[in-house]
Amino acid sequence: MDKNIILAGVGGQGILSIAFVIDNAALASGFEFKQAEVHGMAQRGGAVQSHLRYADHEIHSDLIPKGAADLVLSVEPLEVMRYWHYLRPDGWIVSSVTPYVNIPDYPEPERVLAQLATFPSCILVDGAQIAKAAGNLRAQNMVAVGAASLRLDFPEELLLTYVAALFERKGPAIVEVNQQAFRLGRIAGRFFRGLVEAGVPVPTAVELGRRLAPETLDPALAADWARVVADPELAAPILQSEEIRACDQVPVGA
Amino acid sequence: MSREILLGDEAVGLGAIHSGLSGVYAYPGTPSTEIFEFVERATKHMGGVHAFWSTNEKVAYEEALGMSWAGKRALVCMKHVGLNVAADAFMNSAVTGTNGGLVLAVADDPGMHSSQNEQDSRYFAQFALIPCLEPRNQQECYDMMFEAFDMSEELSLPVMVRLVTRIAHSRAGVETRAARDPNPLNPSRDIKKWTLLPSNARVQYKHLTEKQPELLRRSEASRFNELVLAGKRGVITCGIADNYYRENLAGGDDSVLAIRQYPVPVESIRRLVEHVEELLVLEDGYPLVETMIRGLFGLAGVRVAGRMTGELPRTGELDPDIVREALGLAPRPTAHAAADDLANRPPALCKGCPHTDSFRALNEALSSFDNPQVFSDIGCYTLAALPPLEAIHSCVAMGASIGMAAGAAHAGYTPAVAAIGDSTFSHGGITPLLSAVQQGVNLNVLVLDNDTVGMTGTQRSMSTGETLDQIILGAGVAREHLRVITPTPRNHDANVAVIREELAYDGPSVIIARRSCLEAIKKA
Repeated sequence: MDKNIILAGVGGQGILSIAFVIDNAALASGFEFKQAEVHGMAQRGGAVQSHLRYADHEIHSDLIPKGAADLVLSVEPLEVMRYWHYLRPDGWIVSSVTPYVNIPDYPEPERVLAQLATFPSCILVDGAQIAKAAGNLRAQNMVAVGAASLRLDFPEELLLTYVAALFERKGPAIVEVNQQAFRLGRIAGRFFRGLVEAGVPVPTAVELGRRLAPETLDPALAADWARVVADPELAAPILQSEEIRACDQVPVGA
Repeated sequence: MSREILLGDEAVGLGAIHSGLSGVYAYPGTPSTEIFEFVERATKHMGGVHAFWSTNEKVAYEEALGMSWAGKRALVCMKHVGLNVAADAFMNSAVTGTNGGLVLAVADDPGMHSSQNEQDSRYFAQFALIPCLEPRNQQECYDMMFEAFDMSEELSLPVMVRLVTRIAHSRAGVETRAARDPNPLNPSRDIKKWTLLPSNARVQYKHLTEKQPELLRRSEASRFNELVLAGKRGVITCGIADNYYRENLAGGDDSVLAIRQYPVPVESIRRLVEHVEELLVLEDGYPLVETMIRGLFGLAGVRVAGRMTGELPRTGELDPDIVREALGLAPRPTAHAAADDLANRPPALCKGCPHTDSFRALNEALSSFDNPQVFSDIGCYTLAALPPLEAIHSCVAMGASIGMAAGAAHAGYTPAVAAIGDSTFSHGGITPLLSAVQQGVNLNVLVLDNDTVGMTGTQRSMSTGETLDQIILGAGVAREHLRVITPTPRNHDANVAVIREELAYDGPSVIIARRSCLEAIKKA
């Protein structure tokens, strides 16, 4: 078993906090791991990445070779594209779709999303919306690792333990917010995959995820939602409305 | 025995602590900063280890040498270009020799992630005639510190541990062992050894050269230099390059010599060369071993390939893919081609950064001049070279802004303006300012006093606030030409006026733009 993950985002988004959670889970699970990161000048709002590898055997290189990454885990959609050539042909993308626009030539967010949607193996969630629902916009990194946890090799509880350890110094309220962001991210990821596997096109699945209040999502109902959005008449009011609560909107007969 | 998650830098720090460390000395510099920071953090509560940032690498090295003189173990850490600053003390410490163990951990930056060049510190070890260890993983970062300190005391020499960015800033689980007790105070009374008058220095230098066969013997026998003879293709891997080789060809048929202790093991190389028909040298840094083996005229019968022959790029950092190509392997298939037209996201000054307000004011004050050039220095403010500010036009070496502005002024260039941060000023700016004041040079120095070392993570600055003012006045700058402004958007017009007044003055003047770094305030 081995897993190679490129963590991506913008300086200040908390990439290294994601790394902390996975590193510790890997160590506690008895795996070897290596995790190369970026310090110094690039942390000032620049593109940052971290190569994280864990395995049940010795790991040689701190850097992941191109074509060997199982997963690009990004807190920002444009940053996925900076590293997707590291992915193996059957590799996965897990990303927040919330753009971080701090450059004048940031491309149209819809175009970025359309590019990510070409990957069949992807999990896309709205980091900002989910983090807000969890109680703090800064928790977008924990949303992303929650969504990605479906592709990792650790029990949810173990990962949550290290989310708690990471924020312990800041008090129980901050711990709870970040754990909630993780949980909601994980649920949103499962809901998203449920939609896609039931035949919903990726852009529609992203859009539906954005409309539904994160704390009300139920992955078990993804197939029903797939049927709803497949019907243009049912779909139109939902995909055009402001945020709605999933539990109020479960289709009749679901 | 326990397993801890450590950066390579941190593993060096913990290895040093467990080797009986009594003092750690450093000036912040990426990618070496975290060595000192780890030791400071880890020993704060138990005491017993002196940990206080030094004003620059030369000072750090001399303090470490003093600790060694007193019989205790000292670690001095810096980035590769920092060793240039410390070179005087470093080179001569090989001649004096040491008393307590003295280990220099120097972190090179191949690929220049955060540096002005990618010089290879192994040349410095060779130049000074001292041993060098080059760990390939975090565990070796830790383990090699024990070897390095012991070797330093056994040979009475400083020992270099050379890191590169990818090991300094990469984490892994590290097995630790029981800590050794620190040395007792045991000052050296060997006056001739420490007093490098020519008559003593000649004797000491001879001693140093006489130690060389023992250094070589240790390299040949070292467990860090491993030779496996197999097929007719030979590969030499140095330090971390071994990982990139094994990532691609673990268990292959090549004959491999992995080198992680220097001087290079000559006998092992000879055996390898005699066994193979071709030889590829992989090293993350300059082609030091490659050019040594090839010599001026090449090696009869064996083609030596590497950075000088095009198999590997002449410059830049190695990675598994570059090494893969050099080994003649096809690239791995990937899910997607690299995006080549992606918008760059370069680093930038933080929102609300005082430097932004300082440079806006400077830009406006200089706007009446034709294409004015501003000499600058190394720190966050170097980012002002990029759009939208484009306010500075040089960045060469710590403190060079002031010296270069003075030289330009000597040549008749006006206005000669230098922009330098408060910590860089203490590191290398005081002496060129003193020189300029003594010469009465017409130059304007803008000191960006944000009360911290911002770029490397808000470490303590040595010359900020009142201390900074006193140093500048002490260097002889007239009181009326030491101006202090507060860089904020609201003060913009007033600040422009102050800078204009000083630009009009024919003589040395200093403007301090004083407002604290927002990152530092956030952390405090």
